[in-house]
Amino acid sequence: MTDDKKNSSEYVDDDVLEHAEDMVRALQEGNDRQATELLAYISQARETGLYNEVGKMTRQLHDSMNAFCEDTRIDELAEDEIPDARSRLKYVIEMTQKSADRSLTAVENTMPKCDALSGRISELGEAWQNFKRREMSVEQFRELSAKLETFFVDAEQDTSSIRSGLNEIMMAQDFQDLTGQIITRVIELVEEVEGNLIELVRLTGSKMTNDNEKPKEDAIKAEGPQVPGVGKDNVVSGQDEVDDLLSSLGF
Amino acid sequence: MKILIVDDFSTMRRIIKNLLRDLGYTNTMEADDGLTALPMLKGGDFDFLVTDWNMPGMQGIELLKEVRADDSLASLPVLMVTAEQKREQIVEAAEAGVNGYIVKPFTAQTLKEKIDKIFERINGGA
Repeated sequence: MTDDKKNSSEYVDDDVLEHAEDMVRALQEGNDRQATELLAYISQARETGLYNEVGKMTRQLHDSMNAFCEDTRIDELAEDEIPDARSRLKYVIEMTQKSADRSLTAVENTMPKCDALSGRISELGEAWQNFKRREMSVEQFRELSAKLETFFVDAEQDTSSIRSGLNEIMMAQDFQDLTGQIITRVIELVEEVEGNLIELVRLTGSKMTNDNEKPKEDAIKAEGPQVPGVGKDNVVSGQDEVDDLLSSLGF
Repeated sequence: MKILIVDDFSTMRRIIKNLLRDLGYTNTMEADDGLTALPMLKGGDFDFLVTDWNMPGMQGIELLKEVRADDSLASLPVLMVTAEQKREQIVEAAEAGVNGYIVKPFTAQTLKEKIDKIFERINGGA
């Protein structure tokens, strides 16, 4: 038996088996001294193999830990990309807020024009019905005709300003393309961090799940909008279910 | 009728304000969380409170409890308009004495229905 054979556990096993057989034979032959020597050899071989394996594993772990620590990508993630992602997400809030404000302003400016327009239309419509029923003096007709004339001019202006209000609302949706791209990048970053965390957990040999130590959730803690696909089972799925629940409580 | 709208997002306050105006309620004021809303309610002679749940400072559910605990405000109708939609939360709000509960996103029609229902009930009960 040469030393380098012991480096592989397969050879060690063969080697040990051979020695064990020798030992059994020695015992049967009553050769106690040789049997004891063989037993000592076997246990030493086993230990050497074990130590070699542990040593190999330790080195592997050490190397991976070092590689992990020396991975500059992780520094980059922690120092640059995560703060960067934070400001990107803040920018998303900013952009969506601006867009909402822009839309709401356009709506608030446009709505009174619609109301005024529809008020004048019904007023003129009524006068027109009076005219058709011949319930109108010449003087009143002159008045109606003048009103109609200004209405046509105003209506053209008002509809074009309503049109530009609608256009403004449409243009205010331009954020979606940009926020979509930003959020996609942040998702990619989160995935990368997740991969690294999993690797770290694997290296340190911790268990991936430990349900017992999870803190208990506060049932009524405010958590904002529910996201489809990030499901919880004690959540209502819309106004109808809220109404059903409340009416079951006597509302 | 004087209405206080409480939400930490100005956009949502504006939307609710516009919807209320369309329903004919033009006298509205705004607060951005429970802490600013409560003193306004105590000194402000409001007839109706519309509040979000999840806000910094004082949350909507706490505001509701404070309102119910205050003698001068105890009977103020409160409508909760919120993204919170866990069953426990809706039950909690009901037990705290909310008059209506709307989950976001909501429609103008839902808002109208709930407000009509609240005042129907109050006027019917009075």
